[in-house]
Amino acid sequence: MKHHHFQKRQLKRLTVAAVVAALVFVLSAGVQAQETYRIGIVSFLSGQAAESFGIPAVNAAKVIIEAFNKGDAPPPYNKIGFGGMKIEPIYIDENGGATKQIQEFRNLYDREKVDAVVGYTGSGDCLAIAPVAEEMKRFVAFFDCGTQRIFEENKYNYVFRTASHATMDDVALVRYLKARNISVSKMNLINQDYARGHDSRKEFTHAMAQLYPSAKMQADLMPKFGAGQYGTEISSLMSKPADLTYTSLWGGDLQAFILQSSPRGLFKRTQVVISAADHVLPSLGEKMPDGVIIGARGAYGLLSQKSALNDWFWDRYQKAYKAYPVQTPYRIAQALMGVKLAVEKAMTANGGKKPTAEQLSAALTGMEWPSPGGRIRMALADGHQAIQDNAIGSTRYDAAKKMVVLDNIHHFAAECVNPPANMKSEDWVKAGFPGAKCK
Amino acid sequence: MRSLINDPPIKTPPPGVQRKLITGVALIALLIAVGPFLPKWLTFLITMAASHGLVSLGIIFLMRGGVVSFGQGLVFAIGGYVAALAFVKLGFTDAIGLTFIGGLGAALVALPFAPLIARYRGIFFAMLTLALSMVVYGILVKTDVLGGSDGFNMGRPTLFGQQLADILSGYVLYPLTVVISGAVALAARVYFDSPRGLISLAVRDNELRVEYLGASVRQTMAINFVLAAFVGGIGGALTVLSLGHVNPDFSYWTTSGEFVFVAILGGYHSVLAVFVASTVLEIVRSFSGLYFPDTWQLVLGVFLLTVIRFLPHGIGSLWSNRELFKRKGGEK
Amino acid sequence: MDQVITILVDGITYASWLFIVALGLTLVFGVMKILNIAHGSFYALGAYAAATFVAWFATLQLAPSLSLVTMFLAAVAVAVLVAPLCERGLLRFFYGRDEVLLVLVTYALFLIMDDLTKLIWGANPYYVSQPYSLFGNVTIGAQSYVGYDFLLVGVAVIVGIAVWWGLKRTRQGKIVLAVIHSEEIASSMGVNVSRVYTLAFGIGIFLAALGGALTAPMISVQPGLSVGVIIISFAVVIIGGLGSIPGAAIGALIVGLARSLAVHTAPVAELFAVYVVMAIVLVFRPEGLFTLTRARKI
Repeated sequence: MKHHHFQKRQLKRLTVAAVVAALVFVLSAGVQAQETYRIGIVSFLSGQAAESFGIPAVNAAKVIIEAFNKGDAPPPYNKIGFGGMKIEPIYIDENGGATKQIQEFRNLYDREKVDAVVGYTGSGDCLAIAPVAEEMKRFVAFFDCGTQRIFEENKYNYVFRTASHATMDDVALVRYLKARNISVSKMNLINQDYARGHDSRKEFTHAMAQLYPSAKMQADLMPKFGAGQYGTEISSLMSKPADLTYTSLWGGDLQAFILQSSPRGLFKRTQVVISAADHVLPSLGEKMPDGVIIGARGAYGLLSQKSALNDWFWDRYQKAYKAYPVQTPYRIAQALMGVKLAVEKAMTANGGKKPTAEQLSAALTGMEWPSPGGRIRMALADGHQAIQDNAIGSTRYDAAKKMVVLDNIHHFAAECVNPPANMKSEDWVKAGFPGAKCK
Repeated sequence: MRSLINDPPIKTPPPGVQRKLITGVALIALLIAVGPFLPKWLTFLITMAASHGLVSLGIIFLMRGGVVSFGQGLVFAIGGYVAALAFVKLGFTDAIGLTFIGGLGAALVALPFAPLIARYRGIFFAMLTLALSMVVYGILVKTDVLGGSDGFNMGRPTLFGQQLADILSGYVLYPLTVVISGAVALAARVYFDSPRGLISLAVRDNELRVEYLGASVRQTMAINFVLAAFVGGIGGALTVLSLGHVNPDFSYWTTSGEFVFVAILGGYHSVLAVFVASTVLEIVRSFSGLYFPDTWQLVLGVFLLTVIRFLPHGIGSLWSNRELFKRKGGEK
Repeated sequence: MDQVITILVDGITYASWLFIVALGLTLVFGVMKILNIAHGSFYALGAYAAATFVAWFATLQLAPSLSLVTMFLAAVAVAVLVAPLCERGLLRFFYGRDEVLLVLVTYALFLIMDDLTKLIWGANPYYVSQPYSLFGNVTIGAQSYVGYDFLLVGVAVIVGIAVWWGLKRTRQGKIVLAVIHSEEIASSMGVNVSRVYTLAFGIGIFLAALGGALTAPMISVQPGLSVGVIIISFAVVIIGGLGSIPGAAIGALIVGLARSLAVHTAPVAELFAVYVVMAIVLVFRPEGLFTLTRARKI
């Protein structure tokens, strides 16, 4: 009797197990039937670049991917996900150095089986990842890093950058000074002592040498990255009066520099120009001095031009995060939009299958697409490097709106501030911008 | 075998050395044999763990003499930069040759500092090595010819004059790294058990006694420092061969901190333990980065603390010389 | 002449900030023999706490100058709440272990605290800039400085004297000195060493947090603050001699002036100036400028 009872219980258990197993099987089959598109997104979630660049970028990616998956983005981005496949993002922290990033990149493809990787703000990370992607024959789209070295020193098939490189940041700045007839006979420079600081310093001085050949350099400071304390540097800048003070500081360093130099009257004594400062305007607010000439590494945020797509993006971002989007949200948006269109283009070519890395790369090469920050064209490096318009403006705190607004905005066409396809950017600037098409 | 016991004790290899060497060779063979069946991310992880493990093994050379370098990233960077430069500027592409050039370069850089550094102990040794590595970091960041803080890339190495195809390279660099790391590890084992190697342990226990016995403490420490640099340089070169990239972060203090962690996690009694520790760290870092993108540092920190707390003598204490640790524990 | 004055003033203001932070580091090392890598994390914590306290203070509508008191209280809060938690809850389990191992323990603490502050305060920047304008501007030579910068010099002097007086002239302080000199003997004389540890660590952390709180008005408080502080305050205590209070003062002055000299005369060298000084001092005075020679044990 007891024995029988036991058997019965066992049988019951077996049945339950079988039903559960069947259910799991059916469910998983259902999941499998609906193919997803896994995408690795790499940006700074910790460290010094998190606040200004990494986290806003990831925030924007979340908004954009949600809209794509719902299919409620404006055309031509209104198909669900990527060509009907739901997008499944995997976020990775870019902090920790290039060595870690190479390992994470390999893990994303080999272990997590992602279909594409979009990411990287650090130029060092981009330089390191590019040959790895090429060796693995895997697709990567850099959305933010600025160094020209990636495609000017090498040729890649699987590597793309969906935003302009850093040349236009400084070329546009100098053209802007000229356009507004700002006279410069002496200038001071302050840039961080690491690759981006060195590069920006070089590009700015080269561009100045073309349009302001008589401008003399006074102080040429190179504080350590992440220095935080600029009292000594400010004294040095103040003791060498100059018409113009240029800096490529960004993020926390830039904010600290402004907070410390503004009460000492630096901004009253000299025209300060900052190659990328849009991202500190919302948080600094009234602490941002008026009349500072700034760029945003593109026609982004307050420098962007009105369009239905831009309004939509601005709205979505503002609703989600109670702040307007600055440069990195725009940059990741244009990257994800480009990849989406490329995936869908490749799918029309291959009969609707998920595209291989080769098909995706072929589709994105030389492609053009609209983005919230203007039209993106993969015009350089055999169609692997984007060019886009740029804009520069000057700051003014608007007490009524309780925010910093930008005045005297000048837009520069992509061909006006980017080198042509057959020239390296440094040679182009040094040769006096041959072939530049400005309005 | 039995007759060996009557020989002067100093020439007798401590019991089990042969067994250890045989185990080592077997392990290397096993790792190579399973390589093709492992997923690619895992072979790459092991490649990194083995080459980084060598740098930590360098710290073990010093730890046996009672000092810890907090600037081991310096020799890691020198090894990496020398190998990458030989490749890029001189067009020298042979993987094995590059590895040894890297090791040699690091040893040569360490050589002039060795007599000076051999005078330091404890926290001062740690801090002086840290200062040196940070000076080198600063120089590398400043040197735009070498790519400044972005560093630079090197192409694919060759092996015995053969080009490595894209698909093959991972499968070739993995066994290569395992074999070279393994060979260096075995050589280290032999050195540690040699009379000179054992002097280091004696220095650790009591320097003055060693000097009264007629051995030179300074010389021992200086030699250890250069050997540590050589081994670390090989690790740096091997890392760069697989990564294809080198940058000044190699010499940054946090990089050195991770090497120290692995050395302590492994413990200075077992060479194998250092490589196990290195692999464990890579695995923890790899998965925490993926599953906790916002808090991977926290996970890593908690992991470090747990290990230091519960394995005070390193992973090696799990399998080697239990009595030794008991005795040591009672001493204090 | 103007330039010399500027170099001195810049060097001294930088040094006073550095001194406050490095003093805490050297005190903790002197007593506990722990070179605390997480010191920078407590500095960051102080800055965040000041941001929170000052924002809360602003809602009270009191006299603005009292905001300085709030910043001081923020540092006290960190010292009273977080320091004992770290010391009693974590560090004490590792006492008696190798100095280098303890460095590693604090490295782990640094990693953990970095993420924890991010979890608590998020990634958005905080500003505490209101106190920065309290003291107006001061003109020295050709330069106009912010008065607040000199507040730091004053605080550094007061803190230095207070710690020195506390150690040399009070009973508690003498007990601490006894522990610094020889923990074994102090303990056998009936000193409650673990209490001294808690006290010293608390004061050390208070100084780190105070440094952070006082810096907060000059910067944007956001992730990544801790890393920059660690190495430079290490350099100070290494130059001055680990565990030495006058050493921390001299070390801070040397670093401050070396950096200021570099920025004004050879800006290219700024990145190295500190490490080169540190390496030179270590070569000629291995244990720093102000360390007593220790007897070797036989």
